[in-house]
Amino acid sequence: MKNTMSVEFLSVSSNESFARVTVAAFVSQLDPTMDELTEIKTVVSEVVTNAIIHGYTNQTDQKIYISCTLSEDEVELIIQDDGVGIDNIDEATQPLYTSKPELERSGMGFTIMENFMDKVEITSSPNQGTTVKLIKQFKKSKTLCN
Amino acid sequence: MSLSVNLTTKENVLLVRLSGELDHHATENLKKEWQIAMKERNVKHVILNLEQLSFMDSSGLGVILGRYKEVMQLGGEMVVCSISPVVKRLFEMSGLFKIIRLEESEKFALISLGVAS
Repeated sequence: MKNTMSVEFLSVSSNESFARVTVAAFVSQLDPTMDELTEIKTVVSEVVTNAIIHGYTNQTDQKIYISCTLSEDEVELIIQDDGVGIDNIDEATQPLYTSKPELERSGMGFTIMENFMDKVEITSSPNQGTTVKLIKQFKKSKTLCN
Repeated sequence: MSLSVNLTTKENVLLVRLSGELDHHATENLKKEWQIAMKERNVKHVILNLEQLSFMDSSGLGVILGRYKEVMQLGGEMVVCSISPVVKRLFEMSGLFKIIRLEESEKFALISLGVAS
C-alpha cells in the first residue's frame, strides 16, 4: 500500500531540523533501523540546507517543498525549491566542491546523499529552481515474526 | 533538539563538548563562541568531545574544518574523542581523520596533549 505526505515551509534555517524530524516521523511507519532513519535525516538536512544557502542565498521568505512517498520497502523523497538553480550539476556534486568556501561549507552534501541513498536525481537549471529526488530501499525481513 | 556547547579550559587546551544536533542552523553560534574562547583563553590545542552529539551533517564538518585551520595557524593540534558511530561515518567519508586525530576518551585525548587530567 502506498502512503504519501507533503509539507511546505519557509527557507529559515531553524526549519532544517523541522524538515528532517518530520520526514523521519513519517518514514518510521516502515519500521526502519536507527541507522536507516539517521541516514534519511542527514540527507533531508543536506538538501534543505542547500536550498536555503545556495538556492535562496539565505533569503528567509521563500518556500521549500517536500513530498514523501512510502511503498512496501522503499521511500521516495522529492525536495524542491524555486531558487537560483545550479549552473553545473556535475561540478556541484564533486566531493569537497563548494561554491561558497567563505561560508565554511565542507562540500560534502551531495557525496553524503549519494552514500546514504540508493538513488539521487538532480534536476536544475539557472533561475528555474532545483528538484532533488531521492530513493532509499529498506533492508527487508528484519521483523519476521513467525 | 538544538545544540548545546560547553567550553572548558585545561592548561593550554580548549575542551569543546557538544551535545544535541549540529546542523547549519547551529553552526553560526557555535563558530562565534568557539572563536571567542580560542582568542580570549589563549589556548593552543583543541579537544572536541562528541559523546553527546546525536546528529551532525556536512555543515558540522565545515565548521570543524574551519576551526582546524585556525588551530593549525596557532601551531596546535585538534583531537576528537568519544565519537558515535553515526558521526564517525561522516568523518570517515570526508577524510577528516587524516588530519584530526581520534582518541577513545577525553582522558586519553588530554594525556596525548601532555595535560594530566
